[in-house]
Amino acid sequence: MIRMEGVRKSFGDNHVLRGMDLHIPKGSSMVIIGGSGTGKSVALKCVLGLIQPDGGRILVDGKPADSGDRDAFLARFGMLFQGGALFDSLPVWQNVAFRLLRGTLKRPMDEAREIAIEKLRRVGLKSDVADRLPAELSGGMQKRVGLARAIAAEPEIIFFDEPTTGLDPIMAGVINDLIREIVVEMGATAMTITHDMSSVRAIADNVAMLHDGVIQWTGPVADMDASGDPYLDQFIHGRAEGPIEAVR
Amino acid sequence: MNPIALLAQLGRVVLAALAALGRLSLFAGSTLSHMLRPPFYPREFFSALLNIGWLSLPVVGLTAVFTGGALALQIYSGGARFNAEAVVPQIVAIGIVRELGPVLVGLMIAARVTSSIAAEIATMKVTEQIDALVTLSTHPMKYLVAPRVAAALITVPLLVAVGDVIGIAGGYVVATENLGFNAAAYIKNTVDFLEVNDMVSSLVKGCAFGGIAATMGCYYGMKSGGGAQGVGAATKSSVEAAAILILAANFVLTGVFFSL
Repeated sequence: MIRMEGVRKSFGDNHVLRGMDLHIPKGSSMVIIGGSGTGKSVALKCVLGLIQPDGGRILVDGKPADSGDRDAFLARFGMLFQGGALFDSLPVWQNVAFRLLRGTLKRPMDEAREIAIEKLRRVGLKSDVADRLPAELSGGMQKRVGLARAIAAEPEIIFFDEPTTGLDPIMAGVINDLIREIVVEMGATAMTITHDMSSVRAIADNVAMLHDGVIQWTGPVADMDASGDPYLDQFIHGRAEGPIEAVR
Repeated sequence: MNPIALLAQLGRVVLAALAALGRLSLFAGSTLSHMLRPPFYPREFFSALLNIGWLSLPVVGLTAVFTGGALALQIYSGGARFNAEAVVPQIVAIGIVRELGPVLVGLMIAARVTSSIAAEIATMKVTEQIDALVTLSTHPMKYLVAPRVAAALITVPLLVAVGDVIGIAGGYVVATENLGFNAAAYIKNTVDFLEVNDMVSSLVKGCAFGGIAATMGCYYGMKSGGGAQGVGAATKSSVEAAAILILAANFVLTGVFFSL
């Protein structure tokens, strides 16, 4: 469904992606792991067109991501941002129903609110949070609202950018389980970037390790522990010694 | 210093300035284009009208009333040196309507509105809210920039008109209460002296200054760097640029209206 071929992206002298190849089959959950600053978020933003790659091809259902109707393309995606990226000035329900209140997917306000409250319930939030502002919610609740917004328009493809960053282990587990349940329930194709190994094991069908601008290893999550790849081994066991240079 | 190196440095500064001007012009052109093409966001537009127009009234009113009062005192004491105290109503009116009203309102809008727009949009940028807008199929130029600039183009001339009236009223109160002017004569002199061109220039300046103030806030907000420092830098740069451009535009517009 999503195919990245030789994708390159540099910021000045910093060559972040150096020919990244990745294939995410329809309906599967791919988790991209890698150290901080290895370009995981850049890869994800390249697919969405938020960052323009310097080279290579990104195909979605065989068609280049940067061709055709942009609104129709983006309508197929939902995204949970690392910090939630909720709109401060709007109440929670309008954040969740943002897409349903304007543009091609516009619905009557009552219906949009109803859908928003249903999605909030789906991510474990009560209807009384609907009229609160995002700043009045805890970090975990903001993540849930971000998740509700990502799924509100029933997208075919959902991206999760560091979904458990900043959460305590229990809340991180809850969010991981929610993501897994929702992705399976919706039959969506998911792409998650994280460096949290508990997220990887909870969410992934397939794993790809990004290092030095290229995919170092990719395969089913079940094969990850016995991959024999020294980079992946070092990463998943959190060892300071190994081929990945650790700055002390 | 080597003259070639000096020339090269000067060239770099000129090129950087031209590049910045080019980026700003493209941004202003894009803003105009998004203001004229659907989809429109009426809720964001009315919210901007309220924030830029209605909520700026207190600061504009206070600025104008004190300036009008001080201007009356200055003209009275300066005019007394050559027995021309009687010109207070006329000079207050022309000074407020042609210059001080639009410029002071423009600068107050730069301080209040430009800074808040720049800080808000820059914060949205660093917290990925702008990226979120894009992923939700909403163009940030249409949703964030066009409504704010359109609202400023409409409300700032109205604020200037209100500021003009309040400024003249400030001068009137000081002149009639402290300086012994006759109230009816003061009003008659003010009304008789002002021309339509004075008021038109005031409103046109208000429109131009409103456009500059909102565009600078949006421009620096949209191009801000990361983190709190980026938000601070965007806010500071937007107010500086807006204030300088407002004063420069005032000079040009004064020339256009009154030197020909």
